[in-house]
Amino acid sequence: MSMAGTAANPSPLAQDGAAEALHIESLHKKFGDLHVLKGVSLSARDGDVIAIIGGSGSGKSTLLRCINCLENPTSGVIRVNGEQIRLKADSHGHTIPADRRQIERIRSRLGMVFQSFNLWSHLTLLENVIEVPVHVLGVKRDKAIAEAQTLLDRVGLAEKRDVYPAYLSGGQQQRGAIARALAIQPRVMLFDEPTSALDPELVGEVLKVIGDLAREGRTMVLVTHEMKFAREVATHVVYLYNGLVEEEGPPEEIFGAPKSERLKQFIRSIG
Amino acid sequence: MELLSPVPPGWGGSLLRGLLSSVEIAVGAFGLGLLIGICGAYGKLYGGPIAKDLWAVYTTIVRAVPELVLILLLYFAGTDLINRVLVMAGYEPINISGLVAGILVLGFVQGAYSTEVIRGAILAIPQGQIEAARAYGMSPILMLKRITLPAMLPFAIPGLANLWLIATKDTALLAVVGFNELTLTTRVAAGATKAYFTFFIAAGALYLLLTLVSNVFIRRIERWARRGMPSTAGA
Repeated sequence: MSMAGTAANPSPLAQDGAAEALHIESLHKKFGDLHVLKGVSLSARDGDVIAIIGGSGSGKSTLLRCINCLENPTSGVIRVNGEQIRLKADSHGHTIPADRRQIERIRSRLGMVFQSFNLWSHLTLLENVIEVPVHVLGVKRDKAIAEAQTLLDRVGLAEKRDVYPAYLSGGQQQRGAIARALAIQPRVMLFDEPTSALDPELVGEVLKVIGDLAREGRTMVLVTHEMKFAREVATHVVYLYNGLVEEEGPPEEIFGAPKSERLKQFIRSIG
Repeated sequence: MELLSPVPPGWGGSLLRGLLSSVEIAVGAFGLGLLIGICGAYGKLYGGPIAKDLWAVYTTIVRAVPELVLILLLYFAGTDLINRVLVMAGYEPINISGLVAGILVLGFVQGAYSTEVIRGAILAIPQGQIEAARAYGMSPILMLKRITLPAMLPFAIPGLANLWLIATKDTALLAVVGFNELTLTTRVAAGATKAYFTFFIAAGALYLLLTLVSNVFIRRIERWARRGMPSTAGA
């Protein structure tokens, strides 16, 4: 992984030969007059766990949501798995994906986990997990169900397969949402503050699942407020301030020996 | 009572045939209205500026003009217009059946109300569920079929149930254009036998029966549509 946009200091991981999973270059995002991202670059190789940290309004969630064009970037380059997302300007001058099929295909390989879970309320847990494999990826239903069982078992929800999301606790819903993301065999997993909407006593069970995934070498980008967790599982930490990368590096440096005054202050205030 | 006997000289058979015609038209019109409503709701929510304006004109006009006027207008002017176009294009004028015309006219009216019911229901879906569908690469059509329609259904059922019951009764308006539905049949029977009270009570009972049977189905459909939602009873 390496990070442009700051000083030219290629991360040591950049040379380890793993394939590039994600590459973002000088990404800008404006909402009207509000300039949220002001030229952010980052890339992830297979097995990287990138934690994006930063204060409220730093643009960290927007950055994550630009990766699969849930928010359309104003300008910049996004490459997933070596394939660049083609963008074009619409009649209002907004940037949108140029090829609907391309963006749909790319999205179907990015497993997104949301802050508010966003399980489909009219489908049972099992139906939620097999929905995308069966209807988007064209996996046979029997096969998808067998795989979903394994995944639900793994996140500790095997008993709950026929329960509707509204009858599950927040922690169970989020673990179910992680199973839904895993079911598409994602190239990269995207976590958007996965524990921020949870009651404190439920955070642990979700972090444990995410931690296990990180340790088994899943490629992931994680926006989080859980600094202790980020320090434990991330291979690379990016501190975003006011739409720019203020500082980045291995977790021990970012948390142990921060250079930037703002980052020092941020870590103190969180900590 | 022998006036209501299902075999002639009793008029019961005619009344039941009238009821059947009414139900046919109501089903057709409600279905057509639902289709128009889904398109209209999508057009109003996600369409371009021109589509939005066109749908707004449609729903405003249809909901502003009394249904009886619309029915007379669309039935006579509509069939006339179609035939003029056909003649101009060099075809023979056609005779549009009362059933088809009734379904088209009432469906057109129902569509305007459906549009608003469905639009409101789509807006009531938690936005995150739509976003999740996008984030996982669903195409717009797949999303409509798999997520938007089933997720909006629980919010739409009360409004749509209203529309269905209104559709069953609006069929009576087609009596004015001479279509043999339940109300016109009743009037004919009553006029021929002078037993006005008997026949209109009988017709009223049939409309009530239709509503009661509908309610049973509506309740079932609603329970099914709300399967993922915790019951509000006792909450």
